[in-house]
Amino acid sequence: MAEERIYFYPVFIRLWHLINAILCLILMITGISMQFSNPKYPLIRFDIAVSIHNIVGILLSLDYFLFIIGNLISGNGRYYKFPLRGLFTNLKLQLTYYTKGVFQKEKAPFLINKERKFNPLQQFTYLLVMYYVIPVIIITGIAMMYPEIFIPATLLGISALHLTDLIHIFSGFVISLFMFIHIYFCTIGKTPISSFKSIVNGYHEVHE
Amino acid sequence: MAKFSRFRIAWVTLLLFAFSFGFFLLVAATNTTPVDTSVNAEKGQENSTFSKHKNSAENEKCLQCHGQSKYSYFNKESKRKIIKKMYAELIMNRSVFYESNHREFKCIDCHSEEYLGFPHAGNLRMESQPNCLDCHGEDEKYAKYHFENIEKEFQSSVHSEKHSDDFTCWMCHNAHTYLITARTSENIKQTISYDNAICMNCHSDFSKYQLLTNRQTPNLIKKHDWLPNQKLHFQAVRCIECHTKKINDSTLVGHNILPKKEAVKRCEECHSTNSVLMASLYRYKIKEIRSTQGFFQGILVNDSSVIGANRNFFLNIVSVIIASIVIIGLFIHALFRVIKK
Ligand code: HEC
Ligand code: HEC
Ligand code: HEC
Ligand code: HEC
Ligand code: HEC
Ligand code: HEC
Ligand code: HEC
Ligand code: HEM
Repeated sequence: MAEERIYFYPVFIRLWHLINAILCLILMITGISMQFSNPKYPLIRFDIAVSIHNIVGILLSLDYFLFIIGNLISGNGRYYKFPLRGLFTNLKLQLTYYTKGVFQKEKAPFLINKERKFNPLQQFTYLLVMYYVIPVIIITGIAMMYPEIFIPATLLGISALHLTDLIHIFSGFVISLFMFIHIYFCTIGKTPISSFKSIVNGYHEVHE
Repeated sequence: MAKFSRFRIAWVTLLLFAFSFGFFLLVAATNTTPVDTSVNAEKGQENSTFSKHKNSAENEKCLQCHGQSKYSYFNKESKRKIIKKMYAELIMNRSVFYESNHREFKCIDCHSEEYLGFPHAGNLRMESQPNCLDCHGEDEKYAKYHFENIEKEFQSSVHSEKHSDDFTCWMCHNAHTYLITARTSENIKQTISYDNAICMNCHSDFSKYQLLTNRQTPNLIKKHDWLPNQKLHFQAVRCIECHTKKINDSTLVGHNILPKKEAVKRCEECHSTNSVLMASLYRYKIKEIRSTQGFFQGILVNDSSVIGANRNFFLNIVSVIIASIVIIGLFIHALFRVIKK
C-alpha cells in the first residue's frame, strides 16, 4: 500500500489549487454575466459583476504568484518541463490511449512515478495554461483595469482596448474549456474520484 | 538530455514572454496623440496662410487686433503708435475660425460695422446678438438639422429652465469655432472629445460657470466617481448620452439636458445588446462599417467596443459551437467508459 501512494501534491499546491479553482469559477460566472449582460435577465447586476470580477482577478494574480514561487522553491516546477523532441509522438500516444486504449483496458503508455507526475498530454496542457494563457489573461486584465496607463488609443487603426479585450476574452474562453476537460480527465484514474482525493490529501494512488 | 531539454523549455517560455512584451511595446510605440480640440485661441498665426478665404482681407481689419496676443493703434493725442496686450478672451484663432461652420462669414455680418472704428464706441456693448433661428429657422436648406425641434428640446432643458435668456445657444456653440462633428466625423473618439469639451468648457471653468449662477461648480470628477474608470468613460462616451433622453428620432444630437436625478446611472443602459449608444453615438458608424468595410473588418476594426454591447454575432456562434463540441465529446467519452466497463 505504502508503495502505491506517492506524495505528489504538497500543501502549497493544494492551497493554490483550491483557491485557483474557486476564483476561476467566480471569474467565469461574472465574466459571462458581463459579456452577456441584459437588463431584463441580469445574471448579476453589471456594476456588481465588474467589482467582483476586478477584485477576484487581483486575488487570482496573487494566487498565481504563490504557484510560480512555490514551484521555483519546492522543485514542483520540474514536472512541467519536458523534452520537445518526441513531443508529438508522445502526445499522439497519450491521445490514442484516451480514445481507444482506455476502453480496452490497455495499460497507460506513460507510467506515473516520482519522476513523472503528469502524462505528456497533462504536461503540455498544464504548461500551456499555467505558463502562457494565465499570464496573458492576468496582463491583459490588469491593463484593462488601468487603460489610461497601459493602453494607447489605437493600434494600427484598431482600438487597442478592443484588441486587449478580445485577447482577454479569448484567453478566458480557453481557460473555461480547459477547466471542463481538466475536471473530466481527472475522473480517469484508479477510481473516478481518486484524483480528487489526491488533490485534497496530497497522495496519488498509482494504478496500472 | 534532460538538462538540454529543460533549456529548450526555458527558451520557448522566454520567447513567448518576449513576444507578449514586444507586443505591448509595439502597442505603446504606436500610441497616437489625441486630436487637439481645444477651442481656445492661444497664439495668432501668419495671416498669409488664410488669404485664400474670400473674406480674409476684410476680416483682417478685425483680426489684426483680435487675431493674436497683442494689438496696436495710433494715439492721435501723443502722435505715437501704442502696443498693448489683447485680452485673452477676445483673441480668436484664425485657423479654427476658417474651418468652422460659419467660415464664409465676414465679422461684420454678425457684428456691427461700427466695430471697424477704434476705440469701439460704447453703445456697441448694447448691440443685440443674432439668434441661430434668425438665420436657420424655417429654411429648407437646413431642414435635416431640425432646428425647430432642437430649439424646443433646448427650451425644456435644465439650462434654459433655470437661466432662461442668459443661457443661449452660443454658450455651447461658440460663434467662431463651432463645427458640426457628430454628423460628419469618421472618428468616434474625436466626436466624443469635441462634444464633451463643449460641456467641460463651462463646467470645469469657474469663471464661466459663475456668469450664470452663484453656485459653486460641482466637482464633476467626484460627482461621477461611481463610474469605474471614470476618466476612460468620459473619453469613451458623451456627457449627453447620460444627460439627455431621446425625444424625437429626427434630431441627431439630444438637447434636452435633464435634471441630474434623471440622468442615466444604470450600467446596462449601455452595457447590453440594446445599448442606448447604438441609437445615438454609433448610429452612423455601425451602418458605415457594415457597408464599407465588410464582414471580417467589422469584427476587428471597431472603435465601439463596449462590454456586453458589441458582442460579435459571428464570434458568439463560433464559441458556442466549439464549447458544445467539447462538452458533447466529453459526454460521449464518458458514455463509452461506462458501457465498456
Ligand atoms: C485696433 C484694434 C482693434 C480692432 C481693429 C478691432 N478691435 Fe474689437 N476690440 C479691441 C479691444 C482692445 C477690445 C477690448 C476693449 C473694448 O471693449 O473696447 C475690443 C473689443 C471687441 C468686442 C467685445 C466688446 C464687448 O462688449 O466685450 C467685440 C465684439 C469686438 N471688439 C469686435 C470687433 C470687430 C467685429 C472688429 C472688426 C470689424 C474689431 N473688433 C476690430 C481692439 C480692436
Ligand atoms: C456667425 C456670426 C458671427 C461671426 C461671423 C463672427 N462673430 Fe464674433 N461673436 C458672435 C456672437 C454671437 C458673439 C457673442 C458670443 C457670446 O455671447 O458668447 C460674438 C462675440 C465676439 C467677440 C467678443 C468675445 C467673445 O467671445 O465673447 C469678439 C471679439 C468677436 N466676436 C470678434 C469677431 C471677429 C473678429 C470676427 C471675424 C473674424 C467675428 N467675431 C465673427 C457672432 C459672430
Ligand atoms: C447670421 C446668420 C446665422 C446665424 C446667426 C447662425 N447661422 Fe449657422 N449658418 C448660416 C449660414 C449662411 C450657413 C451656411 C454656411 C455655408 O454654407 O458655408 C450656416 C451654417 C451652419 C451649419 C452647417 C450647415 C452645413 O450643412 O454645413 C450649422 C450646423 C449651423 N450653421 C448652426 C448654427 C447654430 C447652432 C447657430 C446658433 C448658435 C447658427 N448656426 C447661427 C447662418 C447663420
Ligand atoms: C448645453 C450645450 C448646448 C446648447 C445650449 C445647444 N447645443 Fe446644439 N449641440 C450641442 C452639442 C454637444 C452638439 C453636437 C456637436 C457635434 O458634434 O456636431 C450640438 C449640435 C447641434 C446641431 C447639429 C446637429 C446635427 O444634426 O448635426 C445643431 C443644428 C444645434 N446643435 C443647434 C442648436 C440650437 C439651435 C441651440 C439653441 C436653441 C443649441 N444647439 C443649443 C450642445 C448644445
Ligand atoms: C454614465 C453616465 C454619465 C456620464 C457619461 C456623465 N454623467 Fe454627469 N451625471 C450622471 C449621473 C447619474 C448624475 C447624478 C449623480 C448623483 O446625483 O449622484 C450626474 C451628475 C452630473 C451633474 C450634476 C452635479 C451636481 O450634483 O450638481 C453635472 C453638472 C454633470 N453630471 C455633468 C456631466 C458632464 C459635463 C459630463 C461629460 C463630461 C457628464 N456629466 C457625463 C451620469 C453621467
Ligand atoms: C455656459 C456654461 C455651461 C455649459 C456650456 C454647460 N452647462 Fe451644464 N450647467 C451650467 C450651469 C450654470 C448649471 C447650474 C444650473 C443651476 O443649478 O443653477 C448647469 C447644470 C447642469 C446640470 C445639473 C442639472 C441639475 O439638475 O442640477 C447638468 C446635468 C448639466 N449642467 C449638464 C451639462 C451638459 C451635459 C453640458 C454639455 C452638453 C453642459 N451642461 C454644458 C452651465 C453650463
Ligand atoms: C453611457 C454609457 C455607459 C454607461 C451608463 C456605463 N458605461 Fe461602462 N463603458 C462605456 C463605454 C462606451 C465603454 C468602452 C470604453 C472603450 O472601449 O474605450 C465602457 C467601458 C467600461 C469598462 C471597461 C473599461 C476597461 O477598463 O477596459 C468597464 C469595466 C465599465 N465600462 C463598467 C461600467 C459600470 C460598472 C457602469 C455602471 C456603474 C458603466 N460602465 C456604465 C459606456 C458606458
Ligand atoms: C481553471 C482552473 C484550474 C486550473 C488552471 C487547474 C490547474 C491544475 C494544475 C496545473 C494541476 C497540477 C498541479 C500540480 O500538481 O502541480 C491540477 C491538478 C488537479 N486539478 Fe486542477 N485546475 C483548475 C480547476 C480545477 C477544478 C475546478 C477541479 C475539480 C473540481 C480540479 C481538479 C484537479 C485535480 C483532481 C488535480 C489532480 C490531478 C492532476 O494532477 O492532474 N482542477 N490542476
